[in-house]
Amino acid sequence: MNRTVHLWGGLRPAADGAHSVKIKAATIRELMRVLCEQYPKLQPFVEEGIAVSVDGTIYRDDWSQELPTDAEIYLLPRIEGG
Amino acid sequence: MGKDTAFKERVFNSVGTRPLRPDGIDKVTGRARFGADYNMPGQLHGCILRSPHAHATIKNIDTSKAEKLKGVKAVVTRKDFKAKDTDPALLTVLDNCMAGKTAFYDGHAVAAVAAIDAKTARKALQLIKVEYKVLKHVTDVDEAVGPKAPLIDKKCFTKGVDPRPSKASNIAARSEFGHGDVEKGFEEADVIIERNYKTGQSHQGYIEPHACVASYSPDGSADMWVCTQGHFDFRAQCAGILGLDASKLRVTSSEIGGGFGGKTHLWVEPVTLALSRKANRPVKLVMTRDEVFRASGPTSATSIDIKMGVKKDGTITAAEAELRYSSGPYAGSWARLGAMTAFACYDLDHVKTVGLEVLVNRPKTTAYRAPSAPMAAFAVESMIDELAERIGVSALDMRIKNAAKEGTKSSYGPVYGPIGIGPTLEAAKNHPHMKAKLGANQSRGMACGFWFNFGGQSCTDLNIGPDGSATITVGTIDVGGARASLALVVAEELGIPYERVKAVIADTGSLGHNDMTDGSRGTFASSLSAIDSCRNAITELRSRAAQIWEIDPDEVIWENGEARATGSANSNREPLSLSNLAQSAHKTGGPISGHSQIVADGAGVSFATHICDVEVDRETGQTSIVRYTVIQDAGKAVHPTYVEGQFQGGAVQGIGWALNEEYIYGDDGRLQNPGFLDYRIPVCSDLPMIDTQILEIPNPNHPYGVRGVGETSIVPPLAAIGNAISNAIGVRMTRVPMSPPRILAALEPSK
Repeated sequence: MNRTVHLWGGLRPAADGAHSVKIKAATIRELMRVLCEQYPKLQPFVEEGIAVSVDGTIYRDDWSQELPTDAEIYLLPRIEGG
Repeated sequence: MGKDTAFKERVFNSVGTRPLRPDGIDKVTGRARFGADYNMPGQLHGCILRSPHAHATIKNIDTSKAEKLKGVKAVVTRKDFKAKDTDPALLTVLDNCMAGKTAFYDGHAVAAVAAIDAKTARKALQLIKVEYKVLKHVTDVDEAVGPKAPLIDKKCFTKGVDPRPSKASNIAARSEFGHGDVEKGFEEADVIIERNYKTGQSHQGYIEPHACVASYSPDGSADMWVCTQGHFDFRAQCAGILGLDASKLRVTSSEIGGGFGGKTHLWVEPVTLALSRKANRPVKLVMTRDEVFRASGPTSATSIDIKMGVKKDGTITAAEAELRYSSGPYAGSWARLGAMTAFACYDLDHVKTVGLEVLVNRPKTTAYRAPSAPMAAFAVESMIDELAERIGVSALDMRIKNAAKEGTKSSYGPVYGPIGIGPTLEAAKNHPHMKAKLGANQSRGMACGFWFNFGGQSCTDLNIGPDGSATITVGTIDVGGARASLALVVAEELGIPYERVKAVIADTGSLGHNDMTDGSRGTFASSLSAIDSCRNAITELRSRAAQIWEIDPDEVIWENGEARATGSANSNREPLSLSNLAQSAHKTGGPISGHSQIVADGAGVSFATHICDVEVDRETGQTSIVRYTVIQDAGKAVHPTYVEGQFQGGAVQGIGWALNEEYIYGDDGRLQNPGFLDYRIPVCSDLPMIDTQILEIPNPNHPYGVRGVGETSIVPPLAAIGNAISNAIGVRMTRVPMSPPRILAALEPSK
């Protein structure tokens, strides 16, 4: 299903200025692949590291995570800690 | 992680108790081995020559005289490293460890020596002739973005700006977060305040300097013993820089005398390996304190422009900030983290933050406990107090009124799940500290803080000994009591006493990759993996019991440390204990173990509220902390004593940062205070007992409800102390550290 994917400000220039995009994906892996197909300028960001917030839970690495229907999906920088 | 990690209410037997940590006796008796405690036969002494200039082109390095000195076995410069230029991130790591064509800061490594003893090595350094062309430098974060600043990297065109800038600058990247329309929000405000806040560059202040021993064999393999927060990452990066297969490099982590983010980065390790390779001997290299300050670790210096608007009833209508964070000479993501965390405690309809990563001639900025969040919180939480005062409401009540809650759209984007900012504020309101009477010349402040926490890759082995005791082998190093916590988790899962479990930190040859101990991930991620290992071992134990009883494994359950047969047909079977099953393992299939490899996600965000009482001496400007309370959401506290220790440690580091700690650079761009005499961190006599209150709001993504706890406690202190001092002296403090000279200067106009 087509779902709304929100972009943090740093990604927007690479997605034609859009604050959110429509992506058909069932998992984070699929989301990343389709995202790069539709917006090739996002490829470097994906390679550098993007975290995905699914209903407020942040997934930094687990691309097998399924995306529940109607979940809020928000792309964030993959953060560092101390 | 593809496993069942959902939180389930349960009654704990081991988790939540406070046994002594297994590494405690070794650490208080001197038996524990830290980085500098490792030695090898034939070991050489390594040391590094560092740039005396803040910014200079390296025209030539002549090492010939040093190489001829008797006792010198190897001299290395940048040309001795083979990092692939296809990996820009790794090249940057290398460039910081050993300068290429440019020395970017006072203390930047330019050459290194291995010799038979320290005296010879130091003499050899003096014989190395480096020809520099000194360049203009800039060390101040605001000057670096000004029109007259020298360019640190002529190829630096600000990322995150579309279209790409036509001119290079010292702003490496721009990031933006927020939602709503801040202009509209400010129109709704009754009071608007704008201010600039600055924070000095502080060091993590770990007591143990960076140290390692490297032994590179002629067969192309190597070993390294090192103090680090992440030996698997150190292996990967060192192997890349040295041109080794990662599997050929075995890295063993030592005990760690503090890291706080500063030991997540390479400093001397690839240099030590390169020296060992060239000398064909083991090499030990230990940084001096001077080197630690000049060339490792500091956090960003910051300058933050902030604007907030509020209605007379205390509702915040809009919040906006531009955060400029220094990142040293290499691009970082520190301002971005500040921009993400700044307003995360609050429920705002209109919010916007912009982060600018600023290049300066200072050492590479490194993560420091909840990196970048304390500085942003200093600006925001100071502003909240000032706004509350202006409209005549309680700052605490204004925070409660505007606190984020489940369903709030966070200032960095997503909607929050269950979170703990509201409960920490309510706990603060009801805490005896908040109601206690203040003494003469004393004043009180408070502040809130936020940090993300995260998980990451973790891999563990659970092995059952022949006597039924258990060993949990993990790959995340123990910074703050992880071995005790993980042993408690294993004891809980297996149903055996804590004393029957030993937690071991494996070297990189013994387990799959483990991410570093950072991001407050150690207990969260490793406990998830340990639970998974235990449950896999229990499946095996049930199978072994079923073999002995000659029944189906599905008829066996694991309960209170024993296998029990279920069903009326098995009612006469005596349970089989872990010891019974371990002793008969040789007849049921051999050793019993459980393995787990996971990507742990869903760590759960964390919030804290701090209360601080200060006494300010108006004659000297000295501030004494007379009472301090930390209230934080920890999720389930696996070992409450060590959770409290994390709360206290973060608060103490924040107190030092707030009152004294700061890198001070001279006009020549050289660091003026690279030692603990002139860079003063708090000692016990400076501090009251830090009181703590743990709130256990379960993380829905962990079977026990565990969250990360290690970082959030450093976020509020700068602002809590700033608010207390401002209340005490009647002048808004806008610059950290709030050292005696700054307080006297603030008081000056009122005299």
